Amino acid sequence: MNLAVRDVRHHAGRFVLTSVGIGLLLMIVMGMGGIYRGLIHEATLLVDRVGADLWVVQGSTRGPFAEVSRLPANLEDRVRAVPGVAVARRFVSHTFQREHQGRALRLVVQGLSWPEDRGDWAPLVAGRPLRQAHFEMIADQSLQLPLGERVRLGKDMYEVVGLTRGMVGSGGDGLAFLTVSDAMAVQFDVPGEAVRLERAARQARLENLDLGRVTPQLSERALGPTSELPALGPPQVSAILVTLSEGADPARVAATLSTWPDVTVYSTQQQKDLLLSGMVDKARRQLGLFRALLIIISTIIIALIIYTLTLDKIRDIALLKLIGARNRVIIGLIFQQALLMGVLGYALAWWLGGFAFPHFPRLVVIETADLVQLAFIVLGISMLASLLGIGKALNVEANTVLAT
Amino acid sequence: MESVPGVEATRLTKIYGHGHTEVVAVQDVTLRVARGEIVALLGPSGAGKSTLLTAMALINPPTSGQIRIGGQLVMDGDRALVDLRAFRRKNLGFVFQKANLIPFLNARENVQVALEVNDVPPRAAHQRAMELLEYLGVGTRADNLPDALSGGEQQRVAVARALANHPSLILADEPTAALDSHRGRQVMELFARVAHEHGTAVIVVTHDARALDVFDRTVHMEDGRLKNGKSPGG
Repeated sequence: MNLAVRDVRHHAGRFVLTSVGIGLLLMIVMGMGGIYRGLIHEATLLVDRVGADLWVVQGSTRGPFAEVSRLPANLEDRVRAVPGVAVARRFVSHTFQREHQGRALRLVVQGLSWPEDRGDWAPLVAGRPLRQAHFEMIADQSLQLPLGERVRLGKDMYEVVGLTRGMVGSGGDGLAFLTVSDAMAVQFDVPGEAVRLERAARQARLENLDLGRVTPQLSERALGPTSELPALGPPQVSAILVTLSEGADPARVAATLSTWPDVTVYSTQQQKDLLLSGMVDKARRQLGLFRALLIIISTIIIALIIYTLTLDKIRDIALLKLIGARNRVIIGLIFQQALLMGVLGYALAWWLGGFAFPHFPRLVVIETADLVQLAFIVLGISMLASLLGIGKALNVEANTVLAT
Repeated sequence: MESVPGVEATRLTKIYGHGHTEVVAVQDVTLRVARGEIVALLGPSGAGKSTLLTAMALINPPTSGQIRIGGQLVMDGDRALVDLRAFRRKNLGFVFQKANLIPFLNARENVQVALEVNDVPPRAAHQRAMELLEYLGVGTRADNLPDALSGGEQQRVAVARALANHPSLILADEPTAALDSHRGRQVMELFARVAHEHGTAVIVVTHDARALDVFDRTVHMEDGRLKNGKSPGG
């Protein structure tokens, strides 16, 4: 005869309500683990999908995701000339927020190196890759931009021609793929007034110099577009993506590029490690701390409930001792209840999570290994939580049944 | 009546506290109850009846004296000579003023649990529990929880539980206190029937003088001592 189940049946309401509470707590514990997995997935998604063998970034930086990296766009040509390099692409990545149809539109703009890269590698769920050098974009579904939608970015309108699913940046914001030149135009867009002021300032600086006063032609050039000023640097990109030739040794190519003092080279794995050790690591520790706290809280709640249920049964436990029940019968009664509460809570967490997690603002990835790990944790906390009740029960004297 | 001893308490003394707070609850009591004999233990409140009963029930060790059950020495002073819980499981049955049924078990399960803790297989325990409930006239109430039973029915279930493992000794502490006189007498007659039919030694602590005729013997206690004993006829 299973005493635990019969007692639970007798106190079904209280037991089920407590289990629901435990289930919700465990669902959050489960969700925290899933959010961490989601962070890793999101952080490394682009690095995995973009299909580069090497990442060339600004010297002595850990860009372009972990920190800002600025490289001259024409570095692409230098890289292409290195033996073993099959393709070199410019890569631009920056996050910004605009108002679009009355709502905040926060997106991560990724520049595709047109015409070599049209975004064919992106997992399209609707539409097509880019077909022209300007004013088209591929957007992730999370941005809630339908196909054919026209979005103003900077001074230009961009039409959504393709949709991806699950393509988000490490911050959880949806990706928007434009050509590199469009991405740079968006990135370096400044208002007309700022352009006018800068030109005026340039002219003023020039008039203060002898060179400006004696060279009228220079003064005229200073009033022209910034891109036509030879003294200014070329347009800048975030990184150069390298695809190696068939059979090329990545270490050898990386070693060659690393001899250049103005760049740093990372393999795809190193780039992922940078993302995980930097940006994701603190979030991981934060989530881990929350998980630990919630597990402790769950343990305390189960322990208190089991203890309360045990207190309610003191007379029954004394009676069981009086009629000669062995300790294992009494321990089994309490432990099985704690276990049942844990198992019910776990099952509820799993079931509720199936409904709730897809609606979380961040991606939640639940892996089987994490579910198994949590199952063992629940088993452990159930055992731990039952100790308080078991300790109380074992100290009950058989003659208590006479005193109560 | 059999002369084989069901229980034998020899020079039993129980003292609570010490020094100025010392209370002698039972003093130098010797009591022998044979198998198949039912004895009423009478006396005013505070006479030490319940203390004597719980000492013989092996849940309240005496300060000095010996207790033999079924001829086996089980307590020598406050020293247990056997595993008391295992010994209670196999040899003793208890009935109290309140039935003390486990509230989350139905009538049958309350009896069955006493059998299962004594390693009786569940199927056999189920059958034996039903037989006992039928024997005590509450077979039709087997599936009811204690809350749904009357006081008398609850007490019968408690008696069935006490009988479950064929104990050599049944100890009952005011088992009819919560019952009306008719029900009270029925329970006392039931104990007498169990004692005589099963050869069980039965000791009943009671204040109820209306059913004393069912006992083979009455024993009076006062101030922790036995005063005298007599058969119902005399």
